Amino acid sequence: MIVDIFIPCFIDQFYPQTALNMVQLLERAGCGVSYNPEQTCCGQPAFNAGRVDDCKAIGEKFIREFTNDRYIVTPSASCVGMVKNYYPEVFRNSASYNQYKLIHKNIIEFSDFMVNVLRVTELGAKLEAKAVYHDSCAALRELNLKNEARILLSKVRGLKLREMKEQDVCCGFGGTFSTKHPAIASSMAEQKINNALQEDAEIIISTDLSCLMHIQSYASKQAKPVKSMHLIDVLASS
Amino acid sequence: MTKAQEFKQQSEQTAFDTALHHKLQNSIGQYQHKHLRGREQFADLELAKTRASGLKQKVIENLDKYLIEFESNYIKNGGKLIWALNAEEALKEIEIILQKHNINCAVKSKSMISEEIHLNEFLKAKNIDCPETDLGEFIQQEAGERPFHIVTPAMHKSKEEIAELYKQKFGTPAQASPEEITKFTREYLRKKFYLADIGITGANFLIADAGAIAITENEGNATLSVSMPRIHIAIAGIEKIIPSLNDLDLFWPLLATYGTGQKLTAYNSVIFGPRQSHEVDGPTDMYLILLDNGRTNILEQPEQRRALNCIRCGACLNVCPVYTTIGGHAYGTTYSGPIGKVITPLMKGLKEYQHLSSASSLCGKCTEVCPVKIDLHNLLLHNRKEAIQQGLQPKAEKVTWYFWKSAMLSRKKMNKGSAKVKNFMLQTFFKKTWGEHRDLPVVAEKSFNQLMRERTGNR
Repeated sequence: MIVDIFIPCFIDQFYPQTALNMVQLLERAGCGVSYNPEQTCCGQPAFNAGRVDDCKAIGEKFIREFTNDRYIVTPSASCVGMVKNYYPEVFRNSASYNQYKLIHKNIIEFSDFMVNVLRVTELGAKLEAKAVYHDSCAALRELNLKNEARILLSKVRGLKLREMKEQDVCCGFGGTFSTKHPAIASSMAEQKINNALQEDAEIIISTDLSCLMHIQSYASKQAKPVKSMHLIDVLASS
Repeated sequence: MTKAQEFKQQSEQTAFDTALHHKLQNSIGQYQHKHLRGREQFADLELAKTRASGLKQKVIENLDKYLIEFESNYIKNGGKLIWALNAEEALKEIEIILQKHNINCAVKSKSMISEEIHLNEFLKAKNIDCPETDLGEFIQQEAGERPFHIVTPAMHKSKEEIAELYKQKFGTPAQASPEEITKFTREYLRKKFYLADIGITGANFLIADAGAIAITENEGNATLSVSMPRIHIAIAGIEKIIPSLNDLDLFWPLLATYGTGQKLTAYNSVIFGPRQSHEVDGPTDMYLILLDNGRTNILEQPEQRRALNCIRCGACLNVCPVYTTIGGHAYGTTYSGPIGKVITPLMKGLKEYQHLSSASSLCGKCTEVCPVKIDLHNLLLHNRKEAIQQGLQPKAEKVTWYFWKSAMLSRKKMNKGSAKVKNFMLQTFFKKTWGEHRDLPVVAEKSFNQLMRERTGNR
């Protein structure tokens, strides 16, 4: 199966290795990976800031770049949530809507694709560590993904996964929220990290690098004995 | 100081207050535990929520008709109805009633709308004694504080802190137990009930087909407030309508389960006007003040209008990580938490209050819990959109977005500049907004785009 991939702007710039790991995992699972190098962003930052016109301009570019009728695998539940749940509102009554309908059907978060489409859960990963899994709000509440990542992680040799307190509570990132209200956002990260540390976790794993970027940036500044890792990077460990 | 600056200052003060966090976790933990049991009474909770949401939506979309239906039935029952456009008008009408009936002593049961119009401060200035008669509200009044939570006003106070407050105010023992505090308050307030000429209450529901108001409470104080004094004043927002008396069998359990975790609140009263000619007791006069105070601004917005479905159960506050991090007072508004962030900017103006719409990570827990299915986090987005459309955006932000947008519209532009330059830009422009608690993320030496182009040999 050939799949398209969408690599969100901030992953492209800050975490290219995770995206590269996703390509390798998809290939290992038997997929051909097609990447349109013109892609940039889905427009979510603008949408969440209320700048719907900016979002629409960027979204139109996004829609033009995914014209194939095949899965668009994405390493970010948050961006998939944006495209799946909020594009209909942005592009209501617009010329791009029909083209968008194809994307709505095809765009899919990585763990969802692995578990529910490919039905591949064993990727031969190995990682000796104690970890917790952080449900991103987008995966949990926008895409209804709760078990997929846990299923994949249960197959990682050496990984001891525990559930932490308040696992369905937000980490405090929230896009522009974390720049407009840095103290509140940071305190939420502190609470999340403390919950992870209560479980003796060495690693906080999630489907979303936006959460992890925020958690990691707090943990490193405050010298917390925990690091963050994207699900894909865990699955690519050997 | 602007409201936004005040909010920033207040929220920064409490964001890392771990003692506060513990108290809130404790209180909300107990609520969550009870709430889960309360939910079990619904054979089909989703259906109950859908019905309640649909009924409220029907009311809000036809509010003009329902209000008139309510008014005519209420007047038939002998009540006097006063329409008030804003707090000032409501207070003026209350003053007229107080003068007309020559009143010095009043009692009040818990009512958020009375907080909205600053009734306590107003009565104090007029030298009218008016104790809060709900225990939590009484504690807050004695402490000189406004309610911390719309359902649990003294949620942020430990029993030790309350005992200390009572010791200072009333000379009770420093180690007084919650039972002793409650007993003392009960005796103290009972005298106030005997003396009061007027009872002031809110209303949880205005029942259109019956022309009656419904009041829900746990302590019996509201029932006393409407039965002992000779005059009753109720104040309610115009959105409180439900179509029929029969709908209470849906709204009462929902309000109880989502408000306090109970199956049904201890006391639920339906008040059909003042004392009737064949009745022997009850107030001789009943006044109902129906207040707009910005609610029609919400009604004006086709999307945010859904926020008027709210039955003020407070469930969205309890699940909100921002609320449990900064606490209710940091908002500086009558209504805090998600619902407060949606309605306050619309009621009081986005210009002054748009910062509240941005103070959310949009995690969606509020939407998930709401018993009348208000998609609160989406409504926050609509507020943000409205603020941009009104041009309420700082210049510096506009510039940042301009550059961001032009980069996102062109892969070429996005690829411009080395990681070094990009990291320098981040440090220069985002260090302050990212705050003192976190390191900035670092732009990678090579973007994925570049790595992929190298991988495919397509430079």
